[in-house]
Amino acid sequence: MTIAIKEIDSGQLWNFPGGIHPPERKQLSNQGSITPLPLAQTFTIPIKQHSGAAGDIIVAVGDRVLGGQPLTHAGLNNGLPVHAPTSGTITAIAAGRIAHPSGLADTVITLTADGEDTLVTMPPLLDYREHGRSELLERIKQAGIAGLGGAGFPTAQKLALQRPIEYIIINGVECEPYITADDCLMREHAQTIIDGIEILLHLAGCDKALLAIEANKPEAIAQFEQLLPQHPQIALRVVPVKYPSGGEKQLIQLLTGQQVPSRGLPLDLGLVVQNVGTAYAVARAVLAGEPLIQRVVTVTGEQVSQPGNYWVRLGTSVADLLAHCGFQPTPTQRVIMGGPMMGFTLPDLAVPVVKITNCILVPSHAELPPAGPEMNCIRCGACADVCPAQLLPQQLQWLAKAKDYDGLEQHHLFDCIECGACAYVCPSEIPLVHYYRKAKAEVRQLAREKVKSEIARERFEARQERLEREKQERLERHRLAAEARKRAQAEAVAKGADDPQDAIQAAIARAKARKAAQAAAAAKQSDDESNV
Amino acid sequence: MSFLTALIILGVLALIFGLILGFAAVRFHVEGDPIVEQIDALLPQTQCGQCGYPGCRPYAEAIANGEEINKCPPGGETTIKNLSELLGVEAKPLDAAHGTETVKKVAVIREDECIGCTKCIQACPVDAILGAAKHMHTVIAHECTGCDLCVEPCPVDCIDMVPVPVRPDNWQWDLQQIPVRVVESGNE
Amino acid sequence: MTFKLAASPHTHSRRTTQQVMRWVYLALLPGVLLQTYFFGVGVYVQILLALATAWLAEAAVMRLRNRPIAHAWQDHTAIVTAVLLAIAIPALAPWWVIVIGTLFAIVVVKHVYGGVGQNLFNPAMAGYVLLLISFPVQLTSWPLPSELAQLPLTFGDTLHIIFTGFTQAGHNLEQLRMGVDGITMATPLDSLRQDLGQAMTLTESLTKPIFGSLGGIGWAWVNLGFLVGGLILIKQRIISWHIPGGMLLGLLIPAAIYWLFHPDQAIPPLMHALSGATMLGAFFIATDPVTAATSNKGRLIFGLLIGVLVFVIRTWGGYPDAVAFAVLLANMTVPVLDKYTQPTVYGHGGRS
Repeated sequence: MTIAIKEIDSGQLWNFPGGIHPPERKQLSNQGSITPLPLAQTFTIPIKQHSGAAGDIIVAVGDRVLGGQPLTHAGLNNGLPVHAPTSGTITAIAAGRIAHPSGLADTVITLTADGEDTLVTMPPLLDYREHGRSELLERIKQAGIAGLGGAGFPTAQKLALQRPIEYIIINGVECEPYITADDCLMREHAQTIIDGIEILLHLAGCDKALLAIEANKPEAIAQFEQLLPQHPQIALRVVPVKYPSGGEKQLIQLLTGQQVPSRGLPLDLGLVVQNVGTAYAVARAVLAGEPLIQRVVTVTGEQVSQPGNYWVRLGTSVADLLAHCGFQPTPTQRVIMGGPMMGFTLPDLAVPVVKITNCILVPSHAELPPAGPEMNCIRCGACADVCPAQLLPQQLQWLAKAKDYDGLEQHHLFDCIECGACAYVCPSEIPLVHYYRKAKAEVRQLAREKVKSEIARERFEARQERLEREKQERLERHRLAAEARKRAQAEAVAKGADDPQDAIQAAIARAKARKAAQAAAAAKQSDDESNV
Repeated sequence: MSFLTALIILGVLALIFGLILGFAAVRFHVEGDPIVEQIDALLPQTQCGQCGYPGCRPYAEAIANGEEINKCPPGGETTIKNLSELLGVEAKPLDAAHGTETVKKVAVIREDECIGCTKCIQACPVDAILGAAKHMHTVIAHECTGCDLCVEPCPVDCIDMVPVPVRPDNWQWDLQQIPVRVVESGNE
Repeated sequence: MTFKLAASPHTHSRRTTQQVMRWVYLALLPGVLLQTYFFGVGVYVQILLALATAWLAEAAVMRLRNRPIAHAWQDHTAIVTAVLLAIAIPALAPWWVIVIGTLFAIVVVKHVYGGVGQNLFNPAMAGYVLLLISFPVQLTSWPLPSELAQLPLTFGDTLHIIFTGFTQAGHNLEQLRMGVDGITMATPLDSLRQDLGQAMTLTESLTKPIFGSLGGIGWAWVNLGFLVGGLILIKQRIISWHIPGGMLLGLLIPAAIYWLFHPDQAIPPLMHALSGATMLGAFFIATDPVTAATSNKGRLIFGLLIGVLVFVIRTWGGYPDAVAFAVLLANMTVPVLDKYTQPTVYGHGGRS
């Protein structure tokens, strides 16, 4: 598959099937500028905040650390370090709340701030074009930068593969309702984002970037329209408002007319997609030496009195963040990390803000009413009409309920991007995406168990073989020992020693003689008695 | 007479079709995976022996020879369903005489109580216990199949079967099972 | 305060099954009002009878199935089934006709298959076909459009004839159906079919008073009423255009071709479109989501199939109208249509 470069360069836009137009409600949070959140007193920093392996902890309880100092050392398997968000003392390293829909615990490092907020940075690489590619990639990795759009894939890793790249797509679409973090970042830091894009272009060894912004962000678009004429490599693409046009696969289809092959990567088409927040973070890491210790978080919903965008240090608890924004909880409050379409609810407020946290949404009951009771599917097909991946959601739902894993595979369950459009339009309020997530988890679990049972079988067979081998060896040893003994005896006889056979014969002869003597004695005695 | 003709015709027909069938069976013989291998691949390979056979493969052989398919508690309903599909027999509920389907477990040795007798090492069907005589033993958790066989031989009862912990990466999206903390809200 | 956990998405388009169904029966109103205007308040009586039967039957079945009754009533699908069946049968049919039909539709066609969403066949049309086969006389005895009727009909008369078979003055249905000229008249499609069958030409047949302009007196207006309601549904995105569009094309294209070749022995296309249950079927019956195809391509084929079947049955079949049979036959093809009209999933070689 090759992409249509001429059409793309001419500014053509394509379309993707399906999609929905939920109420955007972005005005709630995009009215002011991004405010730095006052420092909290304690921070809990999960050691794994991206998709990849956690690093090894390199600090101990009681250590004093400075802001920006790495707390873990990135290991293998897409590892990334995490950094101290401010200066202070490590007070605990234990299992704690992490930002995950399961509400399960994982290792977190607790940092008690000293309030001085002393920060360390790495040396800036202002002349980054003079530095080697691997040095720059290492810098981005050491800064702990993962995709800030939501998936959290290590940024350096995306660029490390040496494959030809035609375009870098910079995702500033932010199609999810309510969230305005990227919007405000683009309004205020357009130049830094452009710097970041240039660094990314330099690293990718390509000279064309497409910056996609949804049409509902006129201020951000105006900023770039003003700045971009000086940067001919970067082309602005204003995409129509539709959810989920910010999804990686959908954005690629919008901008290039191509589809990422199933189970493939954008790289297969010669494309790399990065979020605008990531581009900003890359620029700060390279040009200012700053590791990723803070990000823009949208706090919104009708239950906060001061909705808006905040610069939040990673590891700040949601409780601290919401307390600052005037959170007034209702009796059955939902606190959503992420947006209303794809975010997850939090079981409590101890959850920390992490690299992929773009929004905390605390809706009132009326603004996002809880889902009604699930009713029967009436096969209306509304879900299929809006599915951007062209799946058959209702079919998948039935298969998922029946646990028909083969059927799910045939209906391409794993091509579902979990955007939630199907569940949004479902008139029977069936939580379709939830069924798919569960089914995916089950399929993955089955695959893991399959691998595990395969290993167990091999180990069992190896053990059986070993036991059998050991038995044979034991028998063989016994046989050899017996043979050796016989051989030794034979040799001794040959040398003139008493043949053991003779000794046995002699013993038998002795016994016979003794018996004969006894018999003779008895006979003599009976004769004497009869003569009396 | 017509009766005899009918008999002869039917007999000849039977002979012809029999020959065709026989020829087809030889000519179009499909060399499939031996059935025992296929059955074995569906069993959970815990090697626990709850079925009454000394391991999964012996049970697979027994099934191939007509043994019931519902004697594997670790595999549970899923395994029974898969076996019934493979063998074209009816799926039955799990035979409770051999145990019931429980959560996946893993053996853990309370290491300070272990006397180093090596009895569990000998019992483990997949060599997942590590140790030497008069030295502490330990279970390689990710190799353990949770078969329970090491618990019985331990003279000091220092082996526990604990459920496999749920971690974020193997979580099954059971929202209802998340403990929700009730907190005081300041504004009520 | 407790935190409520929920699965994403946390927002929902506020269009529930109930609202969809409400739109459907509201959109039926123009047609129903016109039908009442031409055929009398009997239409209302039939609708009320059908609703009462449907509700009671649904409650009884839910009770037998140990499910909450409110759950079934809430989705309003039974209302749509009942109303569709009630307006499909003659306005003065005896009360037990609609009761039997509704019972069959709700209990056998809908709930025996597993309730809403599980049925293979359109309940209203299956009920209609059961009635048509069992009680052909009652089902084809449409009252005359009011402007042709010899005897005026009061509300009391309507009730009387539905429940006892006679008006207060003692007239029976046959007498009522006599026109001003004293001849019993069938529906336009029915009389046309009979006339053409008796080797009359179209022009001869059309001289009968039942045929006004277009599709027959009254019938054309009722069809236009349903057309308006259907267009509202499309505008509101309750239904997509594919099924009605497909059905009308599937009916009118063969009808037009056949009519061009046999101008005096065929039903004219306009008559096809505006007579019988064409518009009701196209916009309200064939579009029942449960029993229709789900992809747009599938819907189009489904609609075309119904249209062609309606044409075939009306032209050569033994029944005057064909929508019910055509819909049921097309229902049977839905699983196959769904299987072969699946869209190509993203990333599996499709093109945008």
